[in-house]
Amino acid sequence: MSIMKEAPKKNTFLAGTANYVDERVGASGILKEFGRKIFPDHWSFMLGEVAMYSFFVLLLSGTFLTFFYDPSMAMVRYDGVYAPLKDALMSKAYETSLNITFEVRGGLLMRQVHHWSALLFVAAAGLHMLRVFFTGAFRKPRELNWVVGFVLFVLGMAAGFTGYSLPDDLLSGNGLRIIDGMIKGVPFIGTGISSLLFGGEFPGHVVIGRLYALHIMLIPALILVFLAIHLFMLIIHKHTHYSGPGKSDTNIVGYPLMPVYVAKAGGFFFIVFGVIMVISTFFTINPIWNYGGYDPSPVSAGTQPDWYIGWLDGALRLAPTGLEFMIGDYTVSMNILLPLVISLVFLALVAIYPFIENWVTGDKREHHALDRPRNAPTRTAIGAAGVMFYAVLWAGASTDLIATHFKMSLNQVLLAMQISLILLPIAAFYVTKRVCLSLQRKDKEIAIHGRESGRIVRLPHGEYIEVHEPLDPHDLYKLVDYKDYKPTVARPNAQGKITVAARMRASLSKFYFQDRITPATKTEIAEATHHAHEIEAQVQKAIESDK
Amino acid sequence: MTENSKEVELNKSGSTPEHEYDAGLRVANLDAVADPGLEPHRVRMTDKSVKHEKAAVRQVALLFTLSMLGSAFALWAYFTFPLSEDLSSVRLNTMYLGIGMTLGLMGIGIGAVHWAKTLMPDNEVSEERHLTRGTDEKRAAAIEILAAANQESGFTRRKLIRRTLYGSLALFPLPGIILFADLGPNPGDSLRHTFWKKGTRLAKDPTGIEIKASDVTLGSVFQVIPAGLNPENKEYLEEKAKAAVLLVRVDPSELNETEERKGWSYQGIVAYSKICTHVGCPVALYEQHTHHLLCPCHQSTFDLVNGCKVVFGPAARPLPQLPITVDSEGYLIAQSDFLEPVGPSFWDRSVKS
Repeated sequence: MSIMKEAPKKNTFLAGTANYVDERVGASGILKEFGRKIFPDHWSFMLGEVAMYSFFVLLLSGTFLTFFYDPSMAMVRYDGVYAPLKDALMSKAYETSLNITFEVRGGLLMRQVHHWSALLFVAAAGLHMLRVFFTGAFRKPRELNWVVGFVLFVLGMAAGFTGYSLPDDLLSGNGLRIIDGMIKGVPFIGTGISSLLFGGEFPGHVVIGRLYALHIMLIPALILVFLAIHLFMLIIHKHTHYSGPGKSDTNIVGYPLMPVYVAKAGGFFFIVFGVIMVISTFFTINPIWNYGGYDPSPVSAGTQPDWYIGWLDGALRLAPTGLEFMIGDYTVSMNILLPLVISLVFLALVAIYPFIENWVTGDKREHHALDRPRNAPTRTAIGAAGVMFYAVLWAGASTDLIATHFKMSLNQVLLAMQISLILLPIAAFYVTKRVCLSLQRKDKEIAIHGRESGRIVRLPHGEYIEVHEPLDPHDLYKLVDYKDYKPTVARPNAQGKITVAARMRASLSKFYFQDRITPATKTEIAEATHHAHEIEAQVQKAIESDK
Repeated sequence: MTENSKEVELNKSGSTPEHEYDAGLRVANLDAVADPGLEPHRVRMTDKSVKHEKAAVRQVALLFTLSMLGSAFALWAYFTFPLSEDLSSVRLNTMYLGIGMTLGLMGIGIGAVHWAKTLMPDNEVSEERHLTRGTDEKRAAAIEILAAANQESGFTRRKLIRRTLYGSLALFPLPGIILFADLGPNPGDSLRHTFWKKGTRLAKDPTGIEIKASDVTLGSVFQVIPAGLNPENKEYLEEKAKAAVLLVRVDPSELNETEERKGWSYQGIVAYSKICTHVGCPVALYEQHTHHLLCPCHQSTFDLVNGCKVVFGPAARPLPQLPITVDSEGYLIAQSDFLEPVGPSFWDRSVKS
């Protein structure tokens, strides 16, 4: 990097270019600031990278597709090479989608790259969110970046859904039909909004063009903006690292951006792209030619939305019969509104979780060292409950397939799902919390007594013991380095009143921290070590006397 | 020493350095195990032995070479596997192009990561972090700038300007929003009418062949559209999305018809809207022995012989029935349009217009 810092001495090509760039854009200052920035290394930090790289792949493959695709709903007679649809009446959008598939070299490949990377994008973003949640990376100062990431996740789903509709085949048309039905179920404004979206009655002649504008312009632009904010904040905060020896809230441990991180992250982009490419080469996704263009009358059984919409479709399916009711002459479609409200509340809880936890702990310090999930048992349990809730809704979108595959009654499967939606998250919460506490207890025991050596000795008075060996100080520190919180009681404020908020906070703090395992202390370890030495002395004495 | 006496609430602990934030419910462990510092660095084989280092260099170069070969292969495949009427050409084109491009990408990716992991320094570096907030001097300077800007503009001082500015900012987006009102027409009563009229013959979907009552054998199901509705109609799909009908003939003795609907069927032939009353998917599956109609989207199930009442699933209302009869030539015809709006529920569907 020395060549960038000062005027070049040798007139090499690289030095010349560096000088040219620096004199025009001041690149040396940027490089000095960021070139050796430290990035911590962990496999779980790559999930967000996978999401970002999938998005870049989406931009590349999507741009290719726009050159061949026409978002028109004008009806045409198919005249392409795919014989089964010869002379079928279809929209221009569907026709051009077929042409990309059958008449553009590499067109099917690019369509599949686009679809697979969309699936991967949302999946990786979701896993990245889970990683951030379970390690507590959302704590101060990163609460706002959590919200930005949440917006990115929702935008990802929106991008996926608008794109899913574009081929205008039977599947995507039915997806739009469901959206139309849901919109119409909204009181007062439903029919009006539906008419605005579809330019009149469903399916109309304009909706594909409008979704296309959203899909290729507005949503990707928003994703880019929020991604930029996301990364900007990442640079401001610097990345988190896992707690452990030598790593704390006040330092950052890792590898410098140049050259190690540039090589690793740059190479990783190509690996992600390569994995998407190999999946797209060998695995068909969305065979739009199978069912023909959209027609409101036929439908294929066992249809499934793309995976990330599944939980919303599942919510619709799990609504029990008979929720709709009338107020006078007006219809209130609770069978649609209830799933809608539940989904929105779930999303809202996800978005505001960092603020809830921060309010309960009252911990206003900056947190840069990540928690092991077990060391925040209640948070981990809440996360597990949320994952379970989402998973049941998601599985709910496949009730028909589960019933047909396992030869069960559809009605029973649905009933089981409805019960599971309420019971399984609660069960997940308790099981996870107990598992975390047990793991903490085990950690503490190992920290204090050392690890089992497998050496069994009999003491002179006949007692059998297993000798424990002390841990390496680095391994020990990994087990004891975590933050410990204690529940509070509701305290009166300056006016001597105990407010409702104080009571709520007190009971929430009890909910969070009532069950806690304190980290092993120096004294506890010293006492145990002293005890171990005494036993060891006895053992040695016994061995001596045996001789 | 009890456990509690060792616990001091952090925010109350002795001297507070500058910007020490409230630690809330966090407990200070004054008897904590000391941090032993970073784990010792482990030396890699490529650092210790020239042989391994040279091998790693060759491996990275080999991976980059593989990438070049892959990209070249993809170029070759593009021209060697053109597309034709034969659909297997699509498979070959996709596969060979994809294999080449995969190699081209993976070679670079794995090569670069291998290079970083084996040949670039792997010493972990530790750096101090600073608080995200600015230093006190920076904040003082920022506040000064804000105060000066406020002073110079009179933003807080000149209330009239400030409030009228708020008002104008609140109103200016409204015309921008109203511009979108022309995205679609007012729905009016379009959702209450379909293509069916008194005397419209029932025709098969999609052929348009009109159906005689004698064609409908016991237990058979017909996908039906109104005669005269064909792709040349301007609003073909919109009309079809409302007018699609399922026609089934059951044993008249099995049919439980209400008094008012006694005349709506013809010799056990009944016609029901095919559009689900939940969110509008076509209710396309008919189970003959139970006479149940099932919507494949969300599994709402309707009992055909009992006025298509909902027996399962999220739908709330029965499928609307189309009153039918036969004309003088024996063709099935509609007695009228549907008597209620078809398809998904909407807010004012029951309001008489």
